[in-house]
Amino acid sequence: MRLRAGTTLLVIFLVLAVAAPALACGGLVNPNGTVSLTKTTTLVGYVGGVEHYVTSFEFAGGGGEFGSIVPLPGIPSKVERAGDWTLQRLVQEVAPPVAFAADAGGAESAATAQKARVILETKIDALDITVLEGGGDEVGRWAKENGFSLTPDAPEVLDFYAERSPIFMAARFDASRAAVDGQQVGDGTPVHLTIPTPNPWVPLRILGLGLGSEARVEADVFLLTEGIPDMLPASGGGMDLERSEEASSLLLEDLRSDKNMEWIPAENMWFSYLKIDTTAGELKHDLAIDATGVGDPSPIAAGLARPLTLPEIENDPTSLIAWLLAIGLGLVALGVSRYAWDRA
Amino acid sequence: MGSRLRFAAGLAALAALALSCAPASGAERTVTLTMEHSRFDPARLHFSVGETVRFVVRNADPIDHELIIGDQVVQEAHEKGTEDHHGGKPGEVSVAAGETTETTFTFREPGRLFFACHLPGHYDFGMRGTISVEG
Repeated sequence: MRLRAGTTLLVIFLVLAVAAPALACGGLVNPNGTVSLTKTTTLVGYVGGVEHYVTSFEFAGGGGEFGSIVPLPGIPSKVERAGDWTLQRLVQEVAPPVAFAADAGGAESAATAQKARVILETKIDALDITVLEGGGDEVGRWAKENGFSLTPDAPEVLDFYAERSPIFMAARFDASRAAVDGQQVGDGTPVHLTIPTPNPWVPLRILGLGLGSEARVEADVFLLTEGIPDMLPASGGGMDLERSEEASSLLLEDLRSDKNMEWIPAENMWFSYLKIDTTAGELKHDLAIDATGVGDPSPIAAGLARPLTLPEIENDPTSLIAWLLAIGLGLVALGVSRYAWDRA
Repeated sequence: MGSRLRFAAGLAALAALALSCAPASGAERTVTLTMEHSRFDPARLHFSVGETVRFVVRNADPIDHELIIGDQVVQEAHEKGTEDHHGGKPGEVSVAAGETTETTFTFREPGRLFFACHLPGHYDFGMRGTISVEG
């Protein structure tokens, strides 16, 4: 079945981090916090140029705070509570329910952002959500200013993502508010971001943030597309395509019936299941999906190639003066040479 | 004509010289160490016995780092230590995110030394380097 490949692509992505709790969701961990997000569950949908990103945060108890950052491919136009059981239903589609996961955690009120620009702030249950725009350094400084401790690999990972998209979502679990709300350990808070973008990709490398290079990252990735998806990297190397088939009407009907999930088309969808089982040291890429239908997913979106950038002039005035002097003298030398040649 | 060509070549050489010009370092040797992505650059240094070196330490990361120079015993002590700030002792300095600071160290004996950051997780991540001191 080749279902209108490309023109309207729906991607559903689910990550279920089994290994490495808390940091598996790519977190900036507040060292004083006692709340840990034990597993990661994320859903990303892409329909007609709009990505739907659903992340579930699981409250693990405690009285402190926990936070992490999730890179995004674009600026969200809406952030709201997602359906209550969509993620669980997808997991159920391919396997018996597994110990379930939560995702990324944390950011702050955002008003104290240093250089990163706060685009959006909202509260969903006990979560404080902040969408930020900025480079890796700026987002990192913002996180630091807001009381989060970044792991030593964070600067490189933030730069890795900021090169392709300077948009990040930070979320902080407010344990005291969770207590007031009566939230129990294990309760999940799904968050749904609507992100218009022509270039969908799914962050995977962030799953290894804060883990040692030998630590295992196990995740389930579900895709639901209107055509057989073209993905990069291709299956293999720790990311194996386990299922590839037409989505059943039952699955689509179930998903659409959940709260705020009516954006999922009712029919003609292709269902894929990718199983990730690798080490954090090997997981240096993301998952790019070709939304154009030409079968050419972007190596840049996959994190396998860097975007082109202009060389930077050193921020050292003596260096700049030296360059200008060199260029000037070079031009003079060229002129003199030309003059000498003409006179010869 | 030949003299003019030599003149032109001389100007070109001057241009090349201008490119390689560097700020005066004064009486002591100055080495710039950059911390970026929780790594040192350069990660290997070579000095002679008796050299006093001024280290200009630039932290290009959005997180704090530190520079600790010393032998393996010193490194192990700092890895287990609890000091949250350095600055008063030669060869030991904390560098806040995005900041640049300096420390001076004299290499008095030949051998192999190390430099590293011992903030939690940074040493294991690979934030360390080696110094060869030759007599």
